[in-house]
Amino acid sequence: MIAPDWFREDRLPHIYCTGCGNGTVINCTLGAVEEMGWKREETVFVSGIGCSSRAPGYILTDSLHTTHGRALAFATGVKMARPDLNVVVFTGDGDLAAIGGNHFIHACRRNVDMTVVCMNNHIYGMTGGQGSPTTPPGAISTTTPYGASEPAFDLAELAVAAGANYVARWTSYHVKELTKAVAAGMQTPGLAFIEVRTQCPTNYGRHNKLRRVSDMIEHLRSHAMLVEKRDRLVQEGKPVPDDIFTVGELVRRNRPAMGVKS
Amino acid sequence: MSRVEFMQGNTACAEGALTAGCRFFGGYPITPSTEIAETMARKLPKAGGVFISMEDELASIAAVIGAAWTGARAMTATSGPGFSLMMENIGYAAMTETPCVIVNIQRGGPSTGQPTRAAQGDMLQCRFGSHGDYSTIAITPNSVQEMFDLTAKAFDLADRFRVPTFLMADEIVGHMRERVTIPDAVEVTRPGPLAEGSLPFEAGDDGIPGFAPFGSGRSVHVTGLTHDERGYPDTTDPEAHDRLVRRLVAKVESARREIADYEVVNPDAETVFVTYGPPSRTVQQVMRDRRDDSIGHLRLRVVWPFPEFALQEFGNAQVFLMPELNMGQMVREVQRHVDQPVVSIPKIGGELQTPAELVQVLEAHR
Repeated sequence: MIAPDWFREDRLPHIYCTGCGNGTVINCTLGAVEEMGWKREETVFVSGIGCSSRAPGYILTDSLHTTHGRALAFATGVKMARPDLNVVVFTGDGDLAAIGGNHFIHACRRNVDMTVVCMNNHIYGMTGGQGSPTTPPGAISTTTPYGASEPAFDLAELAVAAGANYVARWTSYHVKELTKAVAAGMQTPGLAFIEVRTQCPTNYGRHNKLRRVSDMIEHLRSHAMLVEKRDRLVQEGKPVPDDIFTVGELVRRNRPAMGVKS
Repeated sequence: MSRVEFMQGNTACAEGALTAGCRFFGGYPITPSTEIAETMARKLPKAGGVFISMEDELASIAAVIGAAWTGARAMTATSGPGFSLMMENIGYAAMTETPCVIVNIQRGGPSTGQPTRAAQGDMLQCRFGSHGDYSTIAITPNSVQEMFDLTAKAFDLADRFRVPTFLMADEIVGHMRERVTIPDAVEVTRPGPLAEGSLPFEAGDDGIPGFAPFGSGRSVHVTGLTHDERGYPDTTDPEAHDRLVRRLVAKVESARREIADYEVVNPDAETVFVTYGPPSRTVQQVMRDRRDDSIGHLRLRVVWPFPEFALQEFGNAQVFLMPELNMGQMVREVQRHVDQPVVSIPKIGGELQTPAELVQVLEAHR
């Protein structure tokens, strides 16, 4: 249960659609913040543009709702100028991986000490469901009416390759694991990236034979494979289904980091 | 105390920023501005500040705005192509009333243009370049000394009015070397604090809200969306948008006299040069050569908000002559405030008007 004093109650009702996964991700993140014992006046939430990026507007701390794709660059300025502040970024797949792709890899490379939570719903939700860089091949969206023809980005693997000190992936089904992962990311000096595969029933599920919220969550659950299990299958020479994605902790390491509180 | 040095304009700009208390620089290398970043990279860490080379100019201005919201005096420096890339976030800074300084060492455009040549081609872009209605402040130095003095002043104006403030210099003042007097300290005006009980975007009569930087316990929500006095998005109410955007424009435009900074020479003259930046140096040469009281000179150190009242100081003016390093960008702004003809003396390609070129136009209009 999240302490109600972390929410801007005067902002309610929120803009999220019925069945949206973003509220779950916000709850898990604030659960992690509570576990960390952070104080409101020492914590800043930063975001870009999109459904995910409306989250800081509902949280009662200093919050910076910026321009599309640029959240990590703004957050870098905040954290480098005031390393004593805790900085958490909410972003989405379009915000982070399309328009903000360059800032994403450079923030990971710099390993700026902040926590980045990406609500990956495989779609541009705010604008009505257009294909994004994480739309799975074959999926229907308003701009991929014959099925997405481009390969999708694996955001977590991208963060690992670019140098983030902590990388994990979970889904909106895995609330306990997700909360623990966000907290572990917050404890790790350097950039922590947590990708959350989440449901957008309004603009994704509806077009992809996942009309009910429960269908979407079941789809996420049944296609998520623990990274350890995937590795075991590979080791044993057994086939790995090609429609799964890995979940779990992908990396936790100690590369030099920037903006760490001294 | 102060020290006298022989210094390049870009270095003087960095020195002015440091003396004014700038403690954050986010930038990306671009000719002809790079010496500013290089100087800041060398000196900011020793001053307890942060220098960061960002991945592009979009990120540079973003980092500067983020740092500014922690209360740091923050700056970036760039030139044409980088300035174009910054436009969206400049609008964000205007909308969120973020005090920050953007230095543009102008070069020939459009596009990649002439990286090593001077121009004043971004004078309208700095006023109108981002989408929507807003007002900002633009300052135009004409010497190495002013690269120091006016950079320091830019931070005060940015803080006083909570507005992105531009130092619109160019390759000539950026790269020339002159004698400069560097004081140990300058007077500093920081933003007014957010009063107890006031909302973060609630303004008094001057239209400027108090500032509560991040970490001061006021839980300020900052958004580029149209917002109310609490900072909360209110994107469909026509009155909320009207109230906010009119205030953003009025807080700068209504303070035109306070912000104005200009020099008047021979106010009784009939033929009046109007300049900003380096073309003023050529006019000064012409006036030294001719010693003729019928030639006047209005030199603007602040171009935006435009000080139209400065033109009225020349009561006998028959004609205004405007040498600019562009195809006449500021001529229309001057013309709309006066009945007399305003003659453009445009020059592009990277070289300053010569005294002979100005004299030729002068003689043709007397």
